[in-house]
Amino acid sequence: MVINKEHVQEILEEVKDPEIPVVSIYDLGILRDVKVENGFVEVVITPTYTGCPAMLEIERDINNALKKEGINDFKITTVLSPAWSTDFMTERGKANLKEYGIAPPNPTNEEDIECPNCGSRNTNLVSQFGSTACKSLFKCNDCLEPFDYFKCH
Amino acid sequence: MTDQNKFDYILQQADNCLILGQRLAEWCGHGPILEQDIALTNISLDLIGQARLFYQYAAEIQGEGKTEDDLAYLRDAWGFKNVLLVEQPNGDFGFTIMRQFLYDTFSCHFYEALMNSSDERLASIAAKSHKETLYHMKWSADWVIRLGDGTVESHNRVQQALNELWSYKDEIVLETSVDSAALAAGYGISLTELKEKRDAKITAVLEEATLSIPEGTYSHKGGKEGVHSEHLGYILADLQFLQRAYPGNEW
Repeated sequence: MVINKEHVQEILEEVKDPEIPVVSIYDLGILRDVKVENGFVEVVITPTYTGCPAMLEIERDINNALKKEGINDFKITTVLSPAWSTDFMTERGKANLKEYGIAPPNPTNEEDIECPNCGSRNTNLVSQFGSTACKSLFKCNDCLEPFDYFKCH
Repeated sequence: MTDQNKFDYILQQADNCLILGQRLAEWCGHGPILEQDIALTNISLDLIGQARLFYQYAAEIQGEGKTEDDLAYLRDAWGFKNVLLVEQPNGDFGFTIMRQFLYDTFSCHFYEALMNSSDERLASIAAKSHKETLYHMKWSADWVIRLGDGTVESHNRVQQALNELWSYKDEIVLETSVDSAALAAGYGISLTELKEKRDAKITAVLEEATLSIPEGTYSHKGGKEGVHSEHLGYILADLQFLQRAYPGNEW
């Protein structure tokens, strides 16, 4: 089997964020790079947060996904620089987040957040720290639903 | 050991992060309301994450084949270089908020400066951590204002916390020989410049919180040299028990 970069990327497309199973690690910007040299694969990832407990899980998922496709000769490298930011998220990733009920990051104004359920902008921050370190908690004043907002970084 | 001073320099901040992270973790399930319980433990998680990055690097510099876990779990109190501020017991919510605020105003400016470190690894850890501490400082500053400018009860309690913690706020900006050597070598930051920015931020927030700034200038110190208050031993007893009693045990 000839392993090339595109093939590995395709496999990794199936690796989702363990806490947000609709968004792949590529769309989330966690997957930084894939290098293939003489059949040896290097997968480069970066954490969203220093203490992100999902990173180990993600490494395990990458490991399993590659092995399942018969790729055994690889290593996973974690890099910190350049630091992950929401700019690394793809448009598809943001759309999937919204579809899932999580408001995507809004770098222009973190106080003007659209409710992912009804689309109203009449929302307010309940807590800067939400169900995971990368999200904060909002409430919609129109549909009255609470929702998670993916913080800008 | 390739660079003893760099190792010591990194440990200072690693230990600050770990010990404060452990203190905040004690709040788990005890926060005044659910959202703030989550906030406290979220910040704890960030701090422990930052500690890990520093310990990983320190272990590499040490070059004895040890890991981040050895540094966190198998050193005794005198090996820890954290400041006395972060080992102070949680007290009430107001006390924890004030301790956090006095730490965040340091760490935000510390990481901001460390991003320009000549050591690329330190600069990248700083860039990552700075983003997190901005959220922490916003949270703790908001709460200082909310409690200080709140009810008579909340005002008095947070004023009391400020009075008690005032003599612990400056150790973190006192330059030790390790700090001076790190600055001279280019990978450390200037604590003098940091102090100026930090003090301005502290003053602005305390004024908005209608709190009176204590007059004392005395500063407790010793932590950066490994001389700690009695509290650290108890923290380590909790933190290190498992690895001490069951060496090498894993999940």
